[in-house]
Amino acid sequence: MNEVLTVAFFKAAIIAGTPLLFATVGEIITEKVGNLNLGVEGMMLMGAVVGFQVGYTTNNPLLAFIAAALAGAIGSLIYAFLAVSLRANQVVTGLALTTFGTGFASFMGQGLVGLKMSEQFSASFQKIKIPFLGDIPGIGEVFFNHDILVYFGYVTAILLGLYIYKTRIGLNLRAVGENPAAADAASVRITAYKYTHILLGGALCGLGGAYLSLVQVPVWQENITAGRGWIAVALVIFASWSPYRAILGSYLFGGLDIIGFRLQGTGLAISTYIFDMAPYLMTIIILVIVSFRKDRKNAPPKALSEPYFREER
Amino acid sequence: MKRLFTVVLVVLLSLALIAGCGQQAPAPEGPKDEPITVGFVYIGPPGDGGWTYAHDQGRKYLEQQLGDKVKTIYKENVPEDQESEKVMRDMIDQGAKIIFATSFGYMDHVANVAKEFPDVAFMHCSGYLLGENYGNYFGRIEEPRYLSGIVAGMKTKTNKIGYVAAYDIPEVVRGINAFTLGVRSVNPDAVVEVRWTNTWYDPAKEKEAAIALLDAGADVIAQHQDTAGPQVAAEERGAFSVGYNSDMAAMAPKAYMTAPVWNWGPYYVKQVQAVMDGTWKPEAYWGGMKDGIVDLAPLTANAPEGSQAAVDEAKAKILSGELQVFAGPIKDQSGTVRVPEGSVLSDQEQLEMKWFVEGVIGKIGQ
Repeated sequence: MNEVLTVAFFKAAIIAGTPLLFATVGEIITEKVGNLNLGVEGMMLMGAVVGFQVGYTTNNPLLAFIAAALAGAIGSLIYAFLAVSLRANQVVTGLALTTFGTGFASFMGQGLVGLKMSEQFSASFQKIKIPFLGDIPGIGEVFFNHDILVYFGYVTAILLGLYIYKTRIGLNLRAVGENPAAADAASVRITAYKYTHILLGGALCGLGGAYLSLVQVPVWQENITAGRGWIAVALVIFASWSPYRAILGSYLFGGLDIIGFRLQGTGLAISTYIFDMAPYLMTIIILVIVSFRKDRKNAPPKALSEPYFREER
Repeated sequence: MKRLFTVVLVVLLSLALIAGCGQQAPAPEGPKDEPITVGFVYIGPPGDGGWTYAHDQGRKYLEQQLGDKVKTIYKENVPEDQESEKVMRDMIDQGAKIIFATSFGYMDHVANVAKEFPDVAFMHCSGYLLGENYGNYFGRIEEPRYLSGIVAGMKTKTNKIGYVAAYDIPEVVRGINAFTLGVRSVNPDAVVEVRWTNTWYDPAKEKEAAIALLDAGADVIAQHQDTAGPQVAAEERGAFSVGYNSDMAAMAPKAYMTAPVWNWGPYYVKQVQAVMDGTWKPEAYWGGMKDGIVDLAPLTANAPEGSQAAVDEAKAKILSGELQVFAGPIKDQSGTVRVPEGSVLSDQEQLEMKWFVEGVIGKIGQ
């Protein structure tokens, strides 16, 4: 077992978990405001393809990631319009967004297949070692010697946690997700809150997709996310709607995704299918635990996936 | 106003979906004679840069060769279930006289539809059913894999080659064995370490599998996967790689050496021509390098010195029939002789291969 749980493995787990982390915190902020958006996979793909296209043409990493975030946000705008303004069924709308995003990415990516980002572009994502922290034996190498997007992932998740739990706006947004009628009575602008945070969530999903297509495998291939959007949806539950726990969960699921290859090298007789199942099994177990404990803090937002009608107050 | 928006949005969404998923090739205009319609059923998108891409290149070659005598239609992302029958019937409605179904799982559905339409010719890729008006076809990709093994065996310095493999089915096992035999024909000390991904198509995951192999000391990466993930890993780590399905030089310019590739075009032309001439008969076709259905992509500058000559020599022997990949003596992992000297594995034994040759590190059924 010791030959598997090495520094190299944990480091690879962080990288494998990074696209999941972006998508998961994106979905958390969306669900916190009371909207279940199952279009994560679609928004990730939209971000991935637009980011790739822009990165390939401009050779500018910053522009590429901004474009990817915008693409994710535009995807979620379609969702927000249907689910918030028109109060359409959120599950159906989200699924439609996934189908749309997948098709959009295939369509946009037709001319990109097999193209590779330039060396110069990829050089922007070289590993940067953080001073002092990066020198801690073991931990330094695992957590603090990565490309810039990994750090951005840490910062985003922590900032979002602070934003949700420690700020006034965060309190309001949680109120919108828990009890929109009460929030409305307290003159919180429900629609504005929902739109803003759904768009923010979409942008983060777009970034997650772009991490895959720009940093992890910088060669365009269709359906590059290969189902990671769905893992992110499960991760939201696993993290019980906390951005902090999402950090842990994403890297854990990232590690489970790749541990199989390393175990095969040791001749340990555990089927890799077990590890493929593990994320979903663990999510189900967490769901059961959460529902048994009836713990308010870790429960899903009360008004999750319910459209809000002011007249029904 | 809101209603109008909804309607517009829904229409746009559905248009986008049609644009994204359900493409069909435009019909060539104004043929003099009635063109024959050929339908292709694809498991993935032509944009996978791999398996379906290779078939689609074959389709384009067909159009190019036969010009306006032929009209091709295709449907991508067709699941391997009842849906595929619907797709085939739909193609026949559109006038298709020949159907190529390009994935193993379509097999029974091809047989079902073929019985309904006796005047349509069906060809199923990688299966084994044969009937009145349906046959099957595949290629001996093992031959170019053996050649790519020669290149990898000459290149490796650590004498450990990593092989990222999809599933432990005979098709993949056969490929690993052929590759390993190629490696050890030039470098008897080298070993081939296998890691299973349990996926055909997940670029990031397959890249991570290659990274795990590189961490374990491999310096050359080969693959039986439909994406370029493993190539990217080799490129990033300054290692070298052997691709699969199509030329992957553009995706990993510093790592990629060569790849066993499919070349379906000539076969498609031959079959369609035979149908047009009325000479077509259903057959079980398993072509090799001499038929041109499989080949080794040109070696790049990353390939080791002398490998071109070694490959050329072995290739000439394969073409002449002097060299057969699974000719004895072949030992398995435990050192037991599985194919005695002087005999060759039969096609049936190759199709059912579920054991590794000596030199492979890895387990089947993991």
